[in-house]
Formats: sequence, C-alpha cells, structure tokens
Amino acid sequence: MKKETKQEEQKQEAVKEEAKEIPVENKGEKSVEIPFVQKKDTPRTPVEAVANYVSKQVSSIVFGVLSPKLIKKMASAKIVTPELYDKEGYPVDGGLMDVRLGVIDPGLKCKTCGSKLKECIGHFGYIELARAVVHVKFIRIVQILLKCTCRECGRVMISEDKIAKYSASLARVEQESGGDARRMAIKGVIDAQKNGGKCPHCKAKQYKVTIEKPTTFIENEKRVSPIEVRARLERVKDEDCELFGINPKVSRPEWMILTVLAIPPVTIRPSITLESGERSEDDLTHKLGDIVRINQRLFENINAGAPEIIIEDLWDLLQYHVTTFFDNNIAQLPPARHRSGQPLKTITERIKSKEGRIRHNLAGKRTNFCARTVISPDPMLKIDEVGVPKIISMKVTVPESVNDWNIAYLKKFIQNGPNVYPGANYVIRPDGKKKKITEETKEAALEELQPGYIVERHLLDGDVAVFNRQPSLHRMSMMCHKVKVLPFKTLRLNPAVCAPYNADFDGDEMNLHIPQNEESRAEAEILMEVQTQLISPRYGLSVIGCIHDGISGNFLLTKSVELPRERAIDLLAFVGVTDFSKLPNKKIVNGREIFGVLLPDDFNFTTKSKSGEPVVVKDGKLVEGVIDTHSIGGEGEGLLLRALHKSYGAKSTIEILHKIFKLGIETLLVTGFSAGISDSDLPRTAKEMVESTLNQSEEDVNSIIKSYHEGTMETFPGRSLQETVELKILEVLNKARNRCGNIVKEHANKKTHTIVMADSGARGNFLNLAQMAACVGQQALHGKRIEKGYTGRTLSCYKSGDLSPEARGFVRHGFKHGLNPREFFFHAITGRDSLMDTALRTPKSGYLYRRLANALQDLRVEYDFSVRDANGKIIQFIYGDDAIDVARSDNGKIDVQKIIDTTE
Amino acid sequence: MHKDLEKYEGKLPKKVLQEIEELCPVSKIKKVAEKAYQEYLNAKIDPGEAVGLVSAESIGEPGTQMTLDTFHYAGVSEMNVTMGLPRIIEILDGRKTLTTPMMEIFLKSPYNKGKDIKEIAMQIKETKLGELVSEYVLNIVDLKIELVLKLEKISALGLKVSDVAKSVEKGLKGASLKVEGDSISLKLKERDEKSLNELYKLKENVKEIYVQGIKDVSQVLPVKRKDEFIIITAGTNLKKVLELDFVDASRTTSNDIFEILSTLGVEAARQAIIDEVFKVIDAQGLNVDIRHIMLVADTMCASGEIKGITRYGVVSEKASVLARASFETPIKHIVNAALVGEVDKLNSVVENVMLNQVVPIGTGLTSISMKGKNKKE
Repeated sequence: MKKETKQEEQKQEAVKEEAKEIPVENKGEKSVEIPFVQKKDTPRTPVEAVANYVSKQVSSIVFGVLSPKLIKKMASAKIVTPELYDKEGYPVDGGLMDVRLGVIDPGLKCKTCGSKLKECIGHFGYIELARAVVHVKFIRIVQILLKCTCRECGRVMISEDKIAKYSASLARVEQESGGDARRMAIKGVIDAQKNGGKCPHCKAKQYKVTIEKPTTFIENEKRVSPIEVRARLERVKDEDCELFGINPKVSRPEWMILTVLAIPPVTIRPSITLESGERSEDDLTHKLGDIVRINQRLFENINAGAPEIIIEDLWDLLQYHVTTFFDNNIAQLPPARHRSGQPLKTITERIKSKEGRIRHNLAGKRTNFCARTVISPDPMLKIDEVGVPKIISMKVTVPESVNDWNIAYLKKFIQNGPNVYPGANYVIRPDGKKKKITEETKEAALEELQPGYIVERHLLDGDVAVFNRQPSLHRMSMMCHKVKVLPFKTLRLNPAVCAPYNADFDGDEMNLHIPQNEESRAEAEILMEVQTQLISPRYGLSVIGCIHDGISGNFLLTKSVELPRERAIDLLAFVGVTDFSKLPNKKIVNGREIFGVLLPDDFNFTTKSKSGEPVVVKDGKLVEGVIDTHSIGGEGEGLLLRALHKSYGAKSTIEILHKIFKLGIETLLVTGFSAGISDSDLPRTAKEMVESTLNQSEEDVNSIIKSYHEGTMETFPGRSLQETVELKILEVLNKARNRCGNIVKEHANKKTHTIVMADSGARGNFLNLAQMAACVGQQALHGKRIEKGYTGRTLSCYKSGDLSPEARGFVRHGFKHGLNPREFFFHAITGRDSLMDTALRTPKSGYLYRRLANALQDLRVEYDFSVRDANGKIIQFIYGDDAIDVARSDNGKIDVQKIIDTTE
Repeated sequence: MHKDLEKYEGKLPKKVLQEIEELCPVSKIKKVAEKAYQEYLNAKIDPGEAVGLVSAESIGEPGTQMTLDTFHYAGVSEMNVTMGLPRIIEILDGRKTLTTPMMEIFLKSPYNKGKDIKEIAMQIKETKLGELVSEYVLNIVDLKIELVLKLEKISALGLKVSDVAKSVEKGLKGASLKVEGDSISLKLKERDEKSLNELYKLKENVKEIYVQGIKDVSQVLPVKRKDEFIIITAGTNLKKVLELDFVDASRTTSNDIFEILSTLGVEAARQAIIDEVFKVIDAQGLNVDIRHIMLVADTMCASGEIKGITRYGVVSEKASVLARASFETPIKHIVNAALVGEVDKLNSVVENVMLNQVVPIGTGLTSISMKGKNKKE
C-alpha cells in the first residue's frame, strides 16, 4: 500500500487480479460513465429513469500493499525526467505532468483514456528507483520481521513443532487486542524460545537488529542496506508471514522495501496558474520532482562507477526524499520545505487530522442550494415556517420536472425569467444539459420546454427547507420548515423555536438548505419537520414552547385580566380564532375564559403552577390556576403542551402553541408591558431592613473573626482552624444575602413587570432581582471567598490577614445602587473566572460528544427490538429494557397513575 | 397477580405491570391494563432507529451546560469529589485511576444507628505510623531513632503500644526495633559509612508503615443519610470493606468502576457506570433519560470488560477500517489494514457517507421488494 487511501480504488481492482478469492465489486470508475446522465436520443420512460438512477454500488474495499509488479502494471507511464513542461508550456513526455497521467489543462486530452478535463480521473505512473529504499510507514513491521526471522534461511525462529502451538495463542492475542499486540507478542514468544542466538532451523548465528531512526537498520554495529533487507524479507515464507498477522496474498514483506515508486495521477496534484501567468506546482509534484532528480543522478553515478561514498550519499538523499514524500512530519527528519520556508504538505498530512481528506472531504460534505444570513424573530410566522428573503429565494431554487399537467404552470416561471420574483433560473434537458435562462434565451427555452425537462424555479411559499444552526448538537438543530418568502434580508423564525436551535438574535446566523429531489423532500417533511421534533428524545418532554413575552402575557391574562367581550373577541381574532362560541356570553369575560377558547373541547388536564398552585383544565376550559412556564414553557417544562401532544398529536399542538404564543404577545400589547429601574425600588422600610441585616451579619462575622484571633473558637471535626473560620463566615454571609432576597421578595410590588417576569418564569428569578435591588452578595471563587492577590490580602488597600467580608469579596451593594471600585473588582474576578470556565469547557465537551457520536453511531434497533452494532453484535437485548422510545414517552415512562386517573 | 393482568405478562414491561397492580383499584384493572397496553404499543421504538446517535446527542448536548467545578464535602479536608464534566469524561474514558476515589459504606442494622460510629469509621480508615508519632528523636551517634508515640490516639484506635510495635516490626526493613515504655526506638543495622543518609531515609520510610485499617482508605466521614448513618471514605478498597462483618455488602458501593468490575463482575460495573453518570447529570440539574446512559454503559461493557469511549477502547473494536480511520490516527489504521489485507464490508455509517452511498440505518435500512418479471424464466 503506497499511496494510502487515494489508491484504494486501484488497489481494489489490482487485488482482484492477484488474489481471485476476494470478491470485490467495483463501481468501475475507469469506464467514465456518469450514472445519472441519460444518454442522448433515449426517451425518458419511468422504468429507464429508475434504471439510470440505480447505479453500481461498492460492496467492499480491500486494503493491501502494492507490489512492484502491480505498480508497473497499473501505471500508464514511466517517469524518467524531472522536467515538467517544454518551452511551449506543453507537458513533457515522461515528465511528472505527462498527459498520460491525466489532464489538468482545459483543452488537452488524456492520452490514456482520451477524455477531457474533469472526465478523466487520472492514471498512475511509476519510476524505477536506482536503489531500493525503505517505506517509512512500514519501518516497525520490517524491524519485527528482521528480528524474528533467521538472517540466513528466513524462517521464523520458532522450531517447527512449536509453530502450531503458538499460532493459536497468537491468534487469541490478536482477537483480544488487535494486530499490533500480536506482533508485540511474537517477539515475546521468540525471546522465550532461548535459541541461544541461533536459528532453530539452520543453526545460523543471529545478531540483534536495531533501527537507527528514522530509516536505517543496524545489525552487529553494521548498517544493513535496504537491498540486503529486501533480500532477507524475500526469504520469509508465506506461512511464516501469517504468523506475524500479515496476509501474504495482499502484502508480501519485501514489498515494504520500495524498488519502484508509484506516481500519483496529476489530477490529485493539480498546478495552479497564478495571476502573473506563472505556474505554481502542487507540493506533491515538488516532492516527486526531487525524487526523480536524485534518482537520475544516482543512476548516472552508478553507471559511471562513482566511488561508493558518493553513491551512499545519494542513496541516503533518495531515501530522505521518498520518506518525506510519504510523511513530512517525522520526528528525526527535518521537514522538507518550500523555498519560502513553509513545510511541504505531503501524503500523510493530506489525509490526517481535521482538515485532512478523511474528516474534511470524505466524512464531511458540502452542498449546493443553501443560504446563510443573520436571523431575526417574527412571531407572526407560524412555528414551522421560516422567513426567506426574496433575494435568497431567487438564487436558491427548486427543481421541478415538467409533465403534461404542470407545463403551463412552469412556463409562467420561465416567462418571468431569473430577475422577476416567481421566476426560474435554469432549464435542464433530459440529457443533463443545463441551460441558463436569461432575457435572451427565455423564448427559446419556452419553446423547447416539454415533458421530461426540469425547471429550476424560484422558492415559493410552502416549499420545504431544512434550517440549521451550529453547533448542531442534537437532531433539533436541523429541522424542516416551510418557506415563506418575505422582503428584507434576514432569515426569520418564530421565537418559539429558538430553544431547540439555541438561537438568539444578537447577530446569530443560520443556514438554510433546499432539498432537491422528492425522496429527500419526503424525508425532510416526515422526519425532520418542527412538529415531529416537539418532544425531545433526551427526556420525553416538550422542547418547543412559549418563551419570554409568550409566557408573561399568558400569565397576566390568566391571572388578572378582565375584558369586555368585544375586546376579548378582538384579541382572539388577532390570534386567529374564528369561532367565538366558546367564549361565555357575558359582558365582561376574564382571562381564563379567553385562554380556554384555544384549547380543544374535550381536553382535561391538571398540573401545578410555578408557585405550587393547582392548574385545572376541564372540558377544554381553564377552571382554576394561572398559566406559566410550567404549563406552556419549553425545554423540559410545558406539561400542558406535552398533554396536548399526547391527546391530539403534533400538528394540533403546534397550532395551539402558536395561538397561545400570539395570545400572550397580544395581551401584552393590550395591557402594556415594560420593565424599568423603578421596578427594583424598595420601600424605605425594606431598605432599612436590608441595611440592618447586612450590618448584623457584618457584626456576626466580626465576632467570628475575633474569636478566631482570640483562639476561643472550636474547630469543625477534621478541619483546620482557618477552614472553620472561612466556613462559618461564608455561611453567615450567604444567609445574609438570602435574607435580603426574602426581604425584597416580600416588599417588592407584585404588579411590577420585572416581578411578573420572575413569577411567571419568563425570564430571571428573585435572586437576580435581589441582586439588583439590595445586595449582590459574596463573590465566590472555586467555592471559597476570594483569597488570591497579595500575600495575606486581596488588594493592597487592605491589611494583611484581613478576614472581614469587605476585604474578601463581599459585595454589599446592589447593582442599582452601584458597586464601589473594590466591589467592582471582586465582581470582575468571578466574572472572568466563569468566562474562563466556559471557554475551557466547550472544547472538552465537544470532544466528548465527538467520541460518543463516533462510538455509537452505528447502533440501531433491529426488528426484534434488540440494539446491535454494524457487525450484528448485540449491545442490548431489548432497547432500554422496555423498547420504549423516549421521544414517545412521558418523561421516559408510561404514566400509569395518569391512565388510572383518566379511566372511569 | 390479578388475572386480568396475567395475559399482559410478557407484553407489557414488568415495571408497568407492577405499577398497575400497586396503584390500580381492582375494578379498573382490565380497562387500565388495556389502555396501558395501547399506550405502550404507541410508545414503542421504531426498528432501524439510530438509538446510538440519539444517546450520544442526549449526553453530549447537555455537556456544554455542565460546570467544571469539583465539589467539596463538608466535614473533612482533602475530601472533595470530582463532579460535572470532568467526572463524566473520567467515567466514559474508562480511566483506571480516578482523581477522587470514594466509597459509600452502609452498615448493618445495630451499627448504623449512630452509636460508636466514629470508632467504626476509624477502624476502616488506614492508619499509618506517621500519624501516631509525635516526635522523632534522631540519635546520630548511635544511628538510632526514637519514636515518641501519641498515646491518646493509639488508645482511641483501640490499640496498645505493643500492637503498634508489632506492625512496625512487620513493615521494617534494615533496622532493629526495641520497645522502651511508651516509645519505640529503631536502630539501623550497621553497614557502610553512608548510614547517616540511611537514617534519614529510615525516618521517612517509617512514617508510611501500615498499622491498622483498610489500605488506600485515607479519609473517613460518618454521615447521616435519611435515618441511618453511613460512612463516606476517600480512597477505595471495596474488596476488603465487603469482608468486614458489620458492613452491609448489598448496598455498599465504590465510585471506582474497575474495582467493581474486579470484585463484583461486569453486570455490577455496568450498573455502576449508569449510576455514576446519572448522579453527575442529576446533580447538575439536567434531565437526561436513563435509557441513553444505559446504552452507553452497555456499549462499554458489551465485550465483558470495560472499554472506554476512546480510540483504544470501543472505537478500536469496529470492524470497518474507514470508520476507525475517520475517528483518530487514520494513517495507523490504514497501514495496519494493508498488512492484514483487511476487507471493509461497508456495514456501518461513516464508510457509506464517504462513498456517497445510502447508510444502513433508519430510513436507509429499508428497501422496496418488487415482484419483477424474471427474464431468464
């Protein structure tokens, strides 16, 4: 295996030739035939359309090491000269850019397959190395082979009769801990043989083989040349290879010493033409150029019979270049560099790490037909809609295939052209040719259009789109919305879906994808639509619910609002209710009755509100209680929504939720809702109480400190004196802050909107309020009072050893009053600490998530409800012991009590 | 069991059946059971569902909301517990050495009432000689050390000076021992002239000599939980603790999963993983269904030993070369695969993503079977 992954395809074919036992089905990329493109002149009938879609499938990939024979066989050119282009700028025959290796210039044709740029996937070449060199990636296994086989006869140094016995135990080692462990174990086995430094087969004396890093083998203080190494590896028998866990059919040991080198096709190392007209070659081409150049010189010197030292030097240089061609990051070697000093990116660097081929290009895909901009809220949009700017809707299109029934409809789009809104950008002919619609080509396209064509029309309201915000941590980060084309330039979404996306509008951007065929559209609609994601598979409760104003509005409505019937009807009409018969026929109706109109008539539900009072819905009427976040909130709250979902399904729930949300907002529009600084005003008495509480606590602390200094204090068991003091002080101060919180809670005006927000659970809590109105409290760092800074004190304005609250980060003022400089500093300390905490945590948890996802990604539930991995290994006999899907359960359970209660 | 319930046996989960039997008045049982059965059928998971990924998301997503803080146990210094994200990472990594090993020791009936709880705790705690010595008197001329013992402490532990001396004798190397009243004197066996250095070394070594208790248990803390006393320890040695006759072996646990594996087996270890992870998530006030944690624990324990969710653990077990290569150290995996001539059967998800093929999970699992005209026949 020379070129790692990029050669897989070729490897696969090759293996088929060499080892017929391994069945390999190949996509057959050599016969360049793009499966989705229909051939000319064939009318597109449904059956054939399907036949064209069903492309060949790769059923397996075999990995192996390329043999010299195979390298030559699969090569289409032998590379002999380091020159790239001739004077005309045409690739030199036998050069690294030889046209037989594929084409990267428009206009040229590949000499091997005859196809043009982009059609030809490229072909391998080879160079004959003047002297054999070692492949770095196989250094370790080659060393093990040298150590464990006889230097004369090439047999494993285990006597004939014992081989069978050990091969069984080695197989077990491999089963348990992999191939690497097996190779380590074989060393141990041979050491245990006690052969007395002699081969048990031919009795030849053995020497110790060591590696002088990176690529030199030393035996008996003499260097073993790669040629000698290769000769020894050739002597290793096929049966013995298997003992080392090497499959001789796909990788003979001697193939790990290179005598010919495969040259990757030019298509994987294309050169870029700079603005100045100069060509800039790919890193791999540079490296290969070095190899070819040195190789040539080595040839010349050998033929000229140059002294051995010169040949050795050139040989080493060749080894260096071949080594860095495979991996330019080997510890003992200086990396090969550009002229600018920047290290070359050779094969290993291309493959590995996040930006490498595997994670960046193979496991991660990029798409067309997507859009990204800033998001903004629009509560008038339905929850499952997304507002798409007109500009985007005219660029990102939906393909619609023409048939007899929609041809007239689609012609209208073409008529409009690409610049008038419901228009079309492209027409695709059945043969796959894509034609742009412009003012000029419009008429021709209209005339040409017939069933079988595809029109790429602009987005319309109701089209399916997948909406996403990074980081995509759970499946609710990608949901399917219906398009709603709107003016202006932001993507808009209903604020109720902020929670699953974890979005806010401080500049967040989101992505929009438009599925391009029926299959993906169906999957998006059925599996990913917002409705289907209402209940989180994490805990079986609603993730989508009312937020902010939606909650506080409904809270106020159901708590205190009374309206004349006409006004109530206005309100409901705004929400979208048309049938007002459910509203009681009296002059003044209250908020609960208005809220009840939105609920289904046969809905029964009880829960508790945030303050612990019962909320009762009977026959679709809110009989008792106040609606707050516990009933309609999102993210694990919203029990009313969960109950609705269970009885009436996702679609009705989301409609009702939307109405509830709108009702809340409209209520606030009617009643008015704003928070001001005066909301956190306290009456004089309360202020005094806060003041005296704090003073009292300060005195308490002082007496604690005093008793500490006098030594009259008793220590807590197992604690030192200092720790005891700290604990006691911390306790007193926390109590003080809590007492302040309670005072604020008691004395604050319940009608102020700040408190309404806290009470309803819309935003904030009483602690926040207390911090604003009364006292911010102790700033804690790592669970202790602040002690960092100078020795014995936090700031230079305090005496050393000062334990008073003030000197150790107690902030006694509220935010409204303002902090003094020292308090501000302490507050900033904890603020910075929490910032740091977040910054350190994010990559850690991201890595944990990646590992979990990678480890568990192929587990699935089988038809017998067992969970198995991709090999069919059983992980669980029954998923979660009861086969219950969390997303369909009630917080992970079947609520028996509820069933009993609702059964007559 | 009620006869109306009997026919649901095997159809409904045991837990549901049990709840119905406990909570439901007899008259309603038939209806309730039928309803519960319907609900259960509705709640059943779909075959093909990518449960692994859902679990990974369910644990990974709240990870961003967890704190990094360790949390300090009130009472004893040096006794804090790793909580939050670091603890979860520690468990899922399958790390053999924990940052804060701990045990919760439950006691059998007469002992858990709180009487003599401190004495019991002290018996469990590992006592080293260093804790019992108040002064080391070094005699440089005779190369002797005199250990002045803390007598109250020794008697508080229920020991005598002779007991201490015995254990010192056991743990001593290269020195002779003499008991002189309430102190022990050690004499270095005479050898070369370096012996002054040796003497200092001896002094340090003596401190580490084991006297009493259970090894590795460095701290003990009796705590009242509900209406009984339990002992929380820093450091764990489950095997030894379970041997003690006053310990309730059925409830006593350790937070060291590997220790549980070696003393109680995989099933217990699996349960320990579930409990430990759940404890952390619960303490953070996050809501994650137990099924997700169970699935992760089952994946870790499926091979009969604990494999961490790392490139050396669960991921290395995958059959597909490309799946392993797409996680970490891709070159290593490809090189080894080439040696063995490994065949990637493309059974799992990533490989098929790489090759632009349908993934064998969820909707990708199903296919249409049609009765077609067979041309050959």
